[in-house]
Amino acid sequence: MSITTAQEEPELIQLLTPDGELREHPDYPLDLTAAEKRGLYRDMVLVRRFDSEAVSLQRHGELGLWASLLGQEAAQVGSGRALGADDMAFPSYREHGVAWCRGVAPKSLLALFRGVTNGGWSPDEHGFHLYTIVIGAQTLHATGYAMGVQRDGAVGDGGSAVISYFGDGATSQGDTNEAFNFAAVNNAPVVFFCQNNQWAISESNDRQTRVPLYRRASGFGFPGLRVDGNDVFASLAVTRAALQHAREGQGPTLIEAFTYRMGAHTTTDDPTRYRIAAELEEWKLKDPISRLRAHLAGTGEGDEEFFAAVDAEAERLGEQVRQECRSLPDPQPLDIFHEVYAEPHAHIDRQRAEFADYLASFEGAGAEGGR
Amino acid sequence: MTQQGVQQFRLPDVGEGLVEAEILSWNVRPGDEITVNQIICEIETVKAVVELPSPFAGTVREVLVEAGTTVDVGTPIISVDTGGGGPEPAAEEEAEDEGRQPVLVGYGAKAGATRRRPRRRPGAAPDGPGGAAPNGAAGPRATPAEAAAAPPPRPASGGPAGRPTVLAKPPVRKLAKDLGVDLHTVTPTGPGGTVTREDVQRRHGAAAEPSAAAAPEAAPVPAAAPDRAAREERIPIRGVRKHTAAAMVGSAFTAPHVTEFLQVDVTKTMKAVRRLRERPEFAGLKVSPLLLVARALLTAIRRHPGINATWDEDAQEIVVKHYVNLGIAAATDRGLVVPNVKDADRLPLPDLARALQELAETARAGRTTPAAMAGGTITITNVGVFGVDSGTPILNPGEAAILAVGQIRDMPWVHKGQLKVRKVTTLGLSFDHRLVDGELGSKALRDIGAWLTDPEATALAWG
Repeated sequence: MSITTAQEEPELIQLLTPDGELREHPDYPLDLTAAEKRGLYRDMVLVRRFDSEAVSLQRHGELGLWASLLGQEAAQVGSGRALGADDMAFPSYREHGVAWCRGVAPKSLLALFRGVTNGGWSPDEHGFHLYTIVIGAQTLHATGYAMGVQRDGAVGDGGSAVISYFGDGATSQGDTNEAFNFAAVNNAPVVFFCQNNQWAISESNDRQTRVPLYRRASGFGFPGLRVDGNDVFASLAVTRAALQHAREGQGPTLIEAFTYRMGAHTTTDDPTRYRIAAELEEWKLKDPISRLRAHLAGTGEGDEEFFAAVDAEAERLGEQVRQECRSLPDPQPLDIFHEVYAEPHAHIDRQRAEFADYLASFEGAGAEGGR
Repeated sequence: MTQQGVQQFRLPDVGEGLVEAEILSWNVRPGDEITVNQIICEIETVKAVVELPSPFAGTVREVLVEAGTTVDVGTPIISVDTGGGGPEPAAEEEAEDEGRQPVLVGYGAKAGATRRRPRRRPGAAPDGPGGAAPNGAAGPRATPAEAAAAPPPRPASGGPAGRPTVLAKPPVRKLAKDLGVDLHTVTPTGPGGTVTREDVQRRHGAAAEPSAAAAPEAAPVPAAAPDRAAREERIPIRGVRKHTAAAMVGSAFTAPHVTEFLQVDVTKTMKAVRRLRERPEFAGLKVSPLLLVARALLTAIRRHPGINATWDEDAQEIVVKHYVNLGIAAATDRGLVVPNVKDADRLPLPDLARALQELAETARAGRTTPAAMAGGTITITNVGVFGVDSGTPILNPGEAAILAVGQIRDMPWVHKGQLKVRKVTTLGLSFDHRLVDGELGSKALRDIGAWLTDPEATALAWG
C-alpha cells in the first residue's frame, strides 16, 4: 500500500495580469466604472505613501515600531472596498490599507505605534476592530462575533458579515485552526482573509505548510480560494463573493491572497539576513500599483494628469501625517485609571487618588501631576 | 543648546529597546542642503544595518558624531539649520523641552539620561517609614525619613542611623554577607555606582591580608597602573570583531581541526592564467591564480563530496551538500568577512571569475550583505597576499573544510629529474575531523594539488 498526497497545481484567481491586462473570470464577474478603478488606484497610492512615511517616522524616533504593508496594497484595498457599512473587520497589525478603507484616520494608527494610546479608534464607529498583536487571536474574536451576528438574526436578506485578517504565519497557530473549526461547525458568517506574504518574519512558506494554505479549509468543511493578492480587482471580486456567501447564511470561506511583503517584517527586522534580493526583484514585476496604472493608462481610463494629481495628493498626505504624528498629545499618567472599568470602581478610585497624591509630592507639580 | 532655527537629530531607537548604534557612514556634509526623509547616514545596531532619513529640511550645520563611532540612543548626531522656524515647528518645541527626550520611544534611555525632579521636602509622600525605596547613594533624592533625620547631605560613614544606601544586587549582597564583608566599606565600580561581585571579592581579599585589614578603603592600586594605562589602548569589542571572535571560538572548540599541507609546483597554472587573460571570454575580467585555485577546489569537491558537508549535531546527521557556496575570506576595513559565491560549482569559468571579482569589490567597499555571508559550504583563505607560505586556518562555522593558499614564489624544485627554478606554493587544508577522516582529507588535498600542477591534463582526465 502506498500513501500519497495529491499535488495538483493550485489555481490562482486573477483578473488583472502583471502587465495590466484585464481577463474575465467566469465565476467572479466584476463590472467597475472608470471612476471606481481610479478610486482603487488612488487608495493604493495614498496608502503606500502613508506607510512609507510611517517607516520614516519610526526612523526619526517618532514611533516605537511600524509594520509596513508595502506590496500588500491590492489585497487590503481590494478586500477593504468589498466590505459593506454594516460588516465588521478584525485586523491583525498590518492592515493599514483596510483601516484606510474603513475611514480610520492615519494618525489614529500612528498613535498606537507611538505608544500614546492603547487603542486609537472606535471599533463600532468604523466597523474595524482594534489591531491585534497576538498572532491569530483575532480569528477567534471574529468567529465569536460572527456567531453573535448569527444569533442576532442578522443573516440572510440584508444581513451583515464579518472578516478576519491574518497572515501565513498565523495559520500555524492553534487559535486560527480552532476558529476555522468553530466557524465551520456553526456555519458562522465569517470570511477568513489570509494575506500570504510568503514570510512569517524569517520563516518561509515552505517551513509553514505542506499544502497550499487555501486547501486547509476543505479539511474543516468550507470552501477555500487562492486569489492573486497583488491584483486589486480579483481581491475585490472574490472578497465580495465570499462576504455575500456569508451574509446569505452559507457559512465561512477562506481566501488566501497570494502576495509578497516587499519590506521588512517590522522596522526592527532586517530581511536581508534571511531572503535573497532576487526574490524581491521578481515580485517587483508583479507590483500591485504599477499593474493597475498600466491598465488605466492602456484603456485611457487614467491619464498623466490624473496620475500626477494622485502623486501630489500622496505627497501632501505624507507631510500631513508627519505633522499630525509629531503633534499627537502624550497621555497623562492618571489616564490609565479611566480605562480599566467602564463603570465607577471603588478600588481603582482609591488607587487613582493615591497615585495623584504621589505625583503631587514632586516639587513644582501641577494638580494633574504633569508628566 | 538649541539655537533658533537649528535642530538636532538625536539617535533614535530603530529597533525595540536598543541602547546604542554605530554610525557606519555619513551621506551628508556640513553645508549640504537636505530635504525631509533624505537618507543622511547609515547605522548598524545589534540587529540590522539601517539607513536614517532626516526629520528636517534645511542646511547641515554640523555632523556631531564621526563615522565609526558607537553612540547611545538619544545622542545628538547632526544639527540642521532649518532657517528660523521653518515648516517643522513641532520637533523644535520638543528639542527645547528640557528633561524630556521625545526621540526615545523605546526602552533604551540610560539611567543617567533621565532627570528626576526633586521631591517636596516635608514628608508628604506616602513612602514607607524605612529606607526601603530604591534610593541612589549618590543621587539627588533622599527619602523623607532620611531627609528629616539627617539634614547634612552625606552623613559620616559608619554612623548606623544615617548610613547612605549601598547599591548592590541581591546575589552580591548575599556574597558580602557570606564573606562577612560590610558593603559600606566597599568601593563600588559597577554601573551607576553599584557594588559588583568583584568589588566584594577584592574587599574580602584585602581584608584577608593583615597589613591591609585596618585600611577601610579598597585594595591599594599598584603604583605602575596609571603609567601602564597610558601606554595601552583599549578597543571596545564590537561589530565584526565581536562576531569574528565568537565564530572562531565556536568553531575551534566544537570541530576538532586537522590541517595538512602540500607544496605544489604551480608553474603550469601560472601559464594557464596568462593564456586565459588573452581569451575573449575573459575580456575585462580579473583572472588571478585564486580563480584556478577555486576551480581546483570545486573539482576536488566533485570527486570527494564528503568535504563539502556539515555536522548537524541536533539532528545527529552529516549533511552532504550537492551544491557549493564557495566562501572567500576577505580582509576589509571593518574586519574579516567571508562572503560566498552561491552555486559556484555550476558556474562556467568566466562567470566564476566575474563572481569572485564582484565579491571582492563589494567586500572592499564594506557593502557585503548578511545574505552574501550566509549559507557558505566551504571556504578559501588566500593568506599568500600577505606574503606568507601557509597557515592552519580555522573552519568557518558549519563547514567541514577550509583551504589556505600561500604565496607563489620561485623555488628550487626537481622537475623532470633536474633541479629547476619553478613557481611553487603551499596549500593548507583544515578539515573537521568528526566527519572528514585523514584519508578523505588527504585525497582531496592531493587532487587540488594535482589539478594545480597540471590543470589541462587533469581537466581532460577528470572531465
